[in-house]
Amino acid sequence: MAVTKYSQEHEWIRVEGEVGTIGITQYAQEQLGDVVFVEVPAVGRKVAKGEACAVVESVKAASDIYAPASGEVVEGNAALADTPGDVNAEPTGKGWFFKLKLADKAELDGLMDEAAYEAFVKSLG
Amino acid sequence: METFLSDPAAGPLKRTPLYDLHRELGARLVPFAGYEMPVQYPTGILAEHTQTRTACGLFDVSHMGQVRLTAKAGHNAAKALETLVPGDIAGLQPGQQRYTQFTNDQGGILDDLMVTSTGDHLLVVINAACKDADLAHLQKHLSPTCEVEPMFSRGLLALQGPQASAVLSRLVPQVATMKFMTGAYVVIDGARCYVTRSGYTGGDGYEISTPADQTDAIARKLLSNPEVKPIGLGARDSLRLEAGLCLYGHDIDTTTTPVEAVLLWSVGKERRVQGGFPGASVIQKQIAEGATRKRVGLLPEGKAIAREGAEIVIGGNVVGKVTSGGFAPTLGRAVAMGYVDRAQSANGTKVDLLVRGKPAPAEIVPMPFVKHAYYRG
Repeated sequence: MAVTKYSQEHEWIRVEGEVGTIGITQYAQEQLGDVVFVEVPAVGRKVAKGEACAVVESVKAASDIYAPASGEVVEGNAALADTPGDVNAEPTGKGWFFKLKLADKAELDGLMDEAAYEAFVKSLG
Repeated sequence: METFLSDPAAGPLKRTPLYDLHRELGARLVPFAGYEMPVQYPTGILAEHTQTRTACGLFDVSHMGQVRLTAKAGHNAAKALETLVPGDIAGLQPGQQRYTQFTNDQGGILDDLMVTSTGDHLLVVINAACKDADLAHLQKHLSPTCEVEPMFSRGLLALQGPQASAVLSRLVPQVATMKFMTGAYVVIDGARCYVTRSGYTGGDGYEISTPADQTDAIARKLLSNPEVKPIGLGARDSLRLEAGLCLYGHDIDTTTTPVEAVLLWSVGKERRVQGGFPGASVIQKQIAEGATRKRVGLLPEGKAIAREGAEIVIGGNVVGKVTSGGFAPTLGRAVAMGYVDRAQSANGTKVDLLVRGKPAPAEIVPMPFVKHAYYRG
């Protein structure tokens, strides 16, 4: 069964088996505004938890996406090159960024579940 | 994801006369030049950009500074202002408007501004971030010859886009035939306003100076037209970038001269010869011999966006830096401008823009990126 966790940097990670799919939250896409460019990490790249490994650009600014857990990139969402607006339209669906083969699933314990993340967003006002 | 819009402001933020309207319209307000300003409305920057290019957008630019200069007896305000700017101000006919810059002794740009002659006095519009310094500069140098009257509480609305003329002429028929870079006093809804046919989008449109207490009513009246939607600072920036227009503090500043910035067209022909403005000797030398660097347009081949600060590289050598860059919604691709060594500034020159350390191939191209659509009659 898939489990979804959230980071304080407004990324979500959906874990199925050894692989986590990563994207940004509804709150994050609202804050960013219209997304016009996404750069996803290359397949095979090894990333450490907290490492900046993707970039999302809105009309106004570029923002880093941090790996919510350590692992090896097994897939990037190539479709975002042509349809970056998917990040706005379906941030937790078609707008996913990349998939990681997780190095240590215990790292996920430090992330928030959905209820905790919702409370966290509310606390931001 | 890093959040970037929560800029802790220094001191309390000022509000324009349209603050309540922005809130009502659901604007996202951000600190900008000491003001709480709308960066976008709920439809978002891309939709606002397209709205302005295809129909009509209303911008609140009341944060900008407006100053009235009136000659004291025996003096000439245009001649007085010419001691601070390289533009041909004395040659302005009543109702004519011109773009110029305050220069410093090194020929650098302290601010850029619009000057309109009403015949009786000069109306000056300056950038929000510079307005206190500009006012002090004007008072210091022009007080012996002019009344320098800040009108910082007045409203300033920009109505821009191909439908702007149809919309505004419903309220004020005479604006339909006004030409680009002219101005006139008009009455809108009983309020005495000064309208110029100008703007910062590269398209047709007007800027309307309004009495502070009638700004809200006039803005609502304009927004009641089906062609008009409110537009925030985000789209204002992408529109001006497509039009190749400079943003003060980014594309021009105290270290760039009008020659380097390729603004020589705004320097009066006689004034190039006669001088009489701060930094004239530096600027005249650059006109004669050429400046060492030049502002150019940059068109990246790919989709990566090179933003302000990105290095411009040719054959491994850094030849300049990007000063503005972003996504151009009209073109559906990234564009940028920046300064490069003049020897490498020819159109068609292939360069690399370093985006997060990676070279993004681009070409030096003429600006504007989107053709201007000014109304010249």
